Amino acid sequence: MERDDLIRDNAYSLSANHDEEHGRVIRKKIIKVTVILTAVTVFEVLMGAFLKQYTGENGADNPIWPYVKWSFIVLTIIKAAYIVLVFMHLGDERKNFKWVILGPYILFILYLIFICLTESTYWHDVFGGVNSITP
Amino acid sequence: MGGVTENISKGKLWGGDGSPFRISYGKQWMWMFLVSDALTFGGLLTAYGFARHSADSWPIGEETFNAMPFLGNGYPLLYVALMTFILIVSSVTMVLAVEAGHRKDKKGVAKWLLLTVVGGLFFVGSQAWEWYHFIHGTHFGSILTTDGWAVVDYVGTDLVLKFGRGVEVVGTEAQNLWEGAITLAGTGAVEPITMQGANLIENEYAPNVPQYADFFFFITGFHGFHVFSGVVFNLIIYINVVRGVYDKRGHFEMVEKVGLYWHFVDLVWVFVFTFFYLV
Repeated sequence: MERDDLIRDNAYSLSANHDEEHGRVIRKKIIKVTVILTAVTVFEVLMGAFLKQYTGENGADNPIWPYVKWSFIVLTIIKAAYIVLVFMHLGDERKNFKWVILGPYILFILYLIFICLTESTYWHDVFGGVNSITP
Repeated sequence: MGGVTENISKGKLWGGDGSPFRISYGKQWMWMFLVSDALTFGGLLTAYGFARHSADSWPIGEETFNAMPFLGNGYPLLYVALMTFILIVSSVTMVLAVEAGHRKDKKGVAKWLLLTVVGGLFFVGSQAWEWYHFIHGTHFGSILTTDGWAVVDYVGTDLVLKFGRGVEVVGTEAQNLWEGAITLAGTGAVEPITMQGANLIENEYAPNVPQYADFFFFITGFHGFHVFSGVVFNLIIYINVVRGVYDKRGHFEMVEKVGLYWHFVDLVWVFVFTFFYLV
């Protein structure tokens, strides 16, 4: 029986074998993304090492911390996008496939984050945190 | 009954031939698996966020993870940054192996895949060290004072009590707190109530939030298990490459499939790194 899990005649452009010249272009892109990912990680670590969540001797909140925190989250999403779109080649796949993968995931995870943050805010305000509850 | 017909060129239609996504079934279902696995990790990290957001206080990553092998403490986040870098580099060698596969360059695939395996082993080893350090804790552990829990340290012979968030008490004030801690431990006690290291029930980094260590063990452990499985998959594919299995098949798509999994492991670590260590 003919197997249908094998690529037929290089029919899918992404699976097709390519020549040396095309390979050089791809390798250049890989190196570019490597440099970006490394630079972002170094930047994150420097921010984490020098900008503290607290100030002074009494451990008060650092007023700029919320901005630092949000830049960490934004930089993480940028890194994730490079990994998924370039290293995992999702950016080169067909549009319908991109949406099949990303659409449901983003929808579910946004809902999960929303519901958990809402609920944990309630726990914090009403009970003073999960760990304050003694059985 | 009237109908409207329209001529659509065959190039636009799928026509039931092959995959509608123009992707092989193996790759498509690897993606489907990765989506479900990503939901698992998303759920774990969101649960961590739930516990952290509802708690009154939470330990700070750079105070808990500030040790380097052979060098001791005082290097905030450096070790975990190194681990992150190792994983990113092994992701790069993987994508280079996939590229070499498209050129049917068997030697290139073997070389890059082997480097990926080495990088993965380095990462798993680093994680083992990190766990060892986390479980054993700081040199002297934490004591329960009248002002709450504090990590004990000494500069020379001088006592230093670290209350977290950069708050440090030294000199006679620290000595008084130590005496008070002994009194707090009860009549006849000669030492304060001490907690050292971490397990599933208590941890010295955040004595008031025992679930902190549980989340650490579960999330980094689950991720480490993924890395370990990835190393095993990569090794199997490496052996196949060297044996010439994919030369015979005419394409190196299996390298691409394990590559997807390996990049996913890197992707998860990027998020664990941010939410466990940085934020």
